Amino acid sequence: MAYLVLEDETVYTGTMTGAPGVASGELCFTTSITGYQEAVTDPSYQGQVLVFSYPLIGNYGVDDRLSESAQTHTRAAVMRQARPAWSEWLYTRSVVALTEVDTRQLVRHIRDSGAMRCAVGAEDPSALLDVALNEPHIDFERAQLEPGLAMPPLALQVSTQEVLRFGSGPRVVLLDLGTKRSVIKGLMDQGLEVVLVPAHFDAEAIKSLNPSAVLIGNGPGDPAQLVEQIETVRSLLGAVPLFGICLGHQLLAHALGMRTFKLLFGHRGANHPVRDTRSGRVLVTSQNHGFAVEPGDSAEISMISLNDGTVEGLAGEGFSSVQFHPEASPGPSDASWFFEEIGDTCRSALISTAS
Amino acid sequence: MPKRTDIHSVLIIGSGPIVIGQACEFDYSGSQACRALKNLGYRVVLVNSNPVTIMTDPEWADATYIEPLDLEALTAVIEKERPDALLPTLGGQTALNLAIELDEAGVLEKYSVELIGASVEAIQRAEDRQRFRELMAEVGVPVLEGVVVSDVSQLSRGTAPSVVRPAFTLGGAGGGHADTDEQLEELVARGIEASPIGEVLVEESVKGWSEFELEVMCDSAGSCIVVCCIENIDPTGVHTGDSWTVAPQQTLSDPEYQRMRDAAFTCVRAVGVATGGANVQFAYNHGTRELRIIEMNPRASRSSALASKATGYPIAKLAALLAVGLTLEELPNDITQMTTAAFEPTLDYVAVKAPRFDFAKFGVDEPELGTQMQAVGETLGLGRTFPEALLKAWEGLEGDAELPAFSDAHPYFLEELASIAAAKAELGSTRDINKAKRFGLTDSQIAEVLALTEHEVRSAKRSPNRLSVDSCAAEFEATTPYYYLSYEGSPTTETTRPVLIIGSGPNRIGQGIEFDYSCVRAAHAFKEMGHEVVLVNSNPETVSTDYDTSDRLYIEPLTAERILDICAIEQPAGVVVGLGGQTPLRVAAVLAASGIPLIGPTLEAIDLCEDRTRFAALLGELGIESPNWGRADTTTDARAVAEEIGYPVIVRPDYVLGGQGMVVARKAADITVTGPVLIDEYLEGAIEFDVEILTDGIRAWVAGILEHIEEAGTHSGDSACVIPGPSVTPELRDHIEWIAQELAGALEMSGPLNLQIALHNGKVVVLEANPRASRTLPFVAKALGLPIVDWACQLMLGKKIAELGLPRRPQPTRVWAKQPVFPTDRFPGADVRGPEMRSIGEVMAGGATPGAAYARALRAAGLSSMPGPIGPTLQSLGVSP
Repeated sequence: MAYLVLEDETVYTGTMTGAPGVASGELCFTTSITGYQEAVTDPSYQGQVLVFSYPLIGNYGVDDRLSESAQTHTRAAVMRQARPAWSEWLYTRSVVALTEVDTRQLVRHIRDSGAMRCAVGAEDPSALLDVALNEPHIDFERAQLEPGLAMPPLALQVSTQEVLRFGSGPRVVLLDLGTKRSVIKGLMDQGLEVVLVPAHFDAEAIKSLNPSAVLIGNGPGDPAQLVEQIETVRSLLGAVPLFGICLGHQLLAHALGMRTFKLLFGHRGANHPVRDTRSGRVLVTSQNHGFAVEPGDSAEISMISLNDGTVEGLAGEGFSSVQFHPEASPGPSDASWFFEEIGDTCRSALISTAS
Repeated sequence: MPKRTDIHSVLIIGSGPIVIGQACEFDYSGSQACRALKNLGYRVVLVNSNPVTIMTDPEWADATYIEPLDLEALTAVIEKERPDALLPTLGGQTALNLAIELDEAGVLEKYSVELIGASVEAIQRAEDRQRFRELMAEVGVPVLEGVVVSDVSQLSRGTAPSVVRPAFTLGGAGGGHADTDEQLEELVARGIEASPIGEVLVEESVKGWSEFELEVMCDSAGSCIVVCCIENIDPTGVHTGDSWTVAPQQTLSDPEYQRMRDAAFTCVRAVGVATGGANVQFAYNHGTRELRIIEMNPRASRSSALASKATGYPIAKLAALLAVGLTLEELPNDITQMTTAAFEPTLDYVAVKAPRFDFAKFGVDEPELGTQMQAVGETLGLGRTFPEALLKAWEGLEGDAELPAFSDAHPYFLEELASIAAAKAELGSTRDINKAKRFGLTDSQIAEVLALTEHEVRSAKRSPNRLSVDSCAAEFEATTPYYYLSYEGSPTTETTRPVLIIGSGPNRIGQGIEFDYSCVRAAHAFKEMGHEVVLVNSNPETVSTDYDTSDRLYIEPLTAERILDICAIEQPAGVVVGLGGQTPLRVAAVLAASGIPLIGPTLEAIDLCEDRTRFAALLGELGIESPNWGRADTTTDARAVAEEIGYPVIVRPDYVLGGQGMVVARKAADITVTGPVLIDEYLEGAIEFDVEILTDGIRAWVAGILEHIEEAGTHSGDSACVIPGPSVTPELRDHIEWIAQELAGALEMSGPLNLQIALHNGKVVVLEANPRASRTLPFVAKALGLPIVDWACQLMLGKKIAELGLPRRPQPTRVWAKQPVFPTDRFPGADVRGPEMRSIGEVMAGGATPGAAYARALRAAGLSSMPGPIGPTLQSLGVSP
């Protein structure tokens, strides 16, 4: 018998699978049916314990080509049923996992009570509760109330340490805050040279690379905590065409003077409807975020969530960003035009430079 | 975009009689469409020939025409009603074909009727295989490769495996599947011979590939969503209607699934489906990652009904609303109320569909599944694990069949099957019943493994809870009460003392949509009487499994286990077992033994009617004539009994229901017996009647007497019949009313009672009594224009006949005829009438005389083309008094 213990003292039972040990983090759930391997290797899940609402995980096996990074990032996976090959894969990658959990009841609990800290393991529930209560807060505002429990910025933990280059063509700089492989692939498919730079690169360092556009990438954690990166984005605004995905979109909002707030339990899944306010069409998008942008006047809201009306995209002179994941993986490709937009921008920048 | 205001009336075409491949899923889609458009304020005109559908209850449309579904009748309806628009996408292939015919005949143009939901061009692009193939090639969606060949020499080596389809032959005659080039040459040579133009299509074979279906919705804003991806567990080569299927798909990784989703959208947009639902089928080779589109249907289909029930997303209703200009975003998600219909449902359970076959009825001993559908019904199982869902689907078949082996299926499914055997073995050693229940084993399986009774298993296990089908995996709170049971979640107990109606399970020969009609009508009637109504059924095709038919819906197999589990949650005031055919009667005894009050027939009434000996004795006591009969175990005894009764006699095995294995014997030599048999007097030349009665336990009221056209000896379900019957004299009616009164008094039950009666040599003989709603009840209700089911519900809840103010000897305003429809296209000779029922559907038609009505019914069944005028619209059955 093993347990998942929430900071509100709720206890769920299950069976350990994957790696042994105790893991803790912020509990959240995804409603995507496919993409379990993509999820646990997605750096945006750094620091989180992920519940899969779909009860059967591992059905179609594992495949290295599906991983979104070289490492796993979820602290633990919580499932109703895990297939043997998938459990084995989690074990070899040291991911703590709990199976045979009543995940529907758990999702309902998170839905009603919000994301919260938790611990997973075969230990006594009271010991696990202590672990959960000592887990740092991802939410920066809440961490201020409990000194000593502030999470060091998660994005900095998963950013590249060195500059990496992929592909050739017009150059786009990708500020790495925990980028997914498929974001890089999405840019390369546009015939772009992608220069991946560490999170600490400031505006000058980025501009010195002469990019045709800069993409502020996805990543984990509270955007309000990334003060330096917000400053970097602010300095780049107007100087070079700017794009943002997910955390990058939130940093762009901060740079524009807007604010972000923590959602009760976040948006995580592959079925999130978003209205493109310009075409009137609805896109079904892949989402993974615990924070959202508060509406403001500094930018046009180009995309709106049909589930809760939150901001899903911003547009303005020289910038464009989306809260969802146009690279999908997992999820629908309805928003793949976002990469075309970046590609077009880079190509036309090159033409105008040439002339 | 708001709804269109430039159209005011919409014509909806139903799908006609139930046939294999086009069943009550179109009652579901048509009735949803009628209601949705009526609620928006449009005048809805409905044409259908099927009397047993809910949608042809006149309350569903503003004008309901029971007419043959052909060009002539539809033209007449259009001429009379002058609808602004025609919505052809919710009545199956029948409605789509008629829309094309009406367009080609110039009728739509002449009367300015706009086709909505799908354009003629889009329908043709999807239906014409060659045009479809070219179009898909243009937009880069891989299609099945194929070449047209008129000589064997045109074949190149290495073409096989292939499918050979001779041009212009019916039903694929002369074609087949070739595994090797040698077989292919032979098949092509044969096919060229068979084809009147000497041409065959040699198509790439994808036999053995996995098969997937995507249900797509589109709106006028250009948004597209996938409601559900259904995976066939049986690989391609078996018709999807004959396959076990699962939703969501289980074996595709995300990129593989997204590739299919993208291809489906490309296809739907290229074909030009402007609004509504479409079904796109794919074959996929897991080994080579090759994808092929098989076909696309620009309309609601059997799979849309399945997808709706599997996800909770009301495809047909939305398709109707999208067709009049609304967009997905403007429409609410009924289930959450707070989100919109513009999203893709996500599941946190598994939905498995099992096909139900009735091969034995058609003398098929070694059935072979192929590209032509043969299943007559289906049942859906929902569970938190694959085994739980699969075993519920299997139980829902209501047969003793073994679990299928799925020998050609993807390894994932074989592993899941193996896990069932492993779970049984584990149960055998650990005796951990609760673990077995959480895995998904049924009470009967556990009882078998542990050598216990089901009752003992029930006492030992913990109770299941109900989980919502909420379309969003619990991300939002569900307001729609649509449930399944599983061994998770938190306990609930209802305190409202609802009425619980047991449905009729999967369609089969002899028990189909007509029982769903009674259940749905009753759900509305009980609600009107102020009761909460709970419905339990496993049939995803039906109106009864629409979540807005009842106050609470459970998709569960109709076994004692599941119904008792539901009763523990619902604490019903009573369970209605008299509306869903034989299925609910089978569990009545267990329910009663568990202290659950039954509404309608008592156990004693059921037993009296079903036990031949007791029933014959009862008739004898009451002085009612019945046919002579006897039992025998050996040939000698059987011949002696036959001698006593007098030839001809009907001989049938004692243990079989529904007339299987019956023979008519005219002399001793005709009788050879290998086991216990029943021997009945054969009433040669008799006229048979179906009598629909309502009773309150003391008094009886005869609603209608249907006269069969075929003579006694033909199964009553296979007989054409008319009302009013020309042989029903006032004296005969008096006599029948006397019989009804006597039986009602003796059976001491309330609700509907059906009698089968024969008039033989001047004597009135009672053949059988069914203490429940009958197959012909919907037909009689529509013919008379009376809410018979509603009245039956009032009686079941204790009202007396005298309080209802029932009309004395009601008569229809014109003669109505009913004609059965047989699946002869799948099973040659299926229309040979005998004591065993073989018809699958029926049509209704009216006329001034019995002859005229019958002739028109034959036309509605496609057996005649005699012209004639359309009749008036059906009058409302009225709200229950």
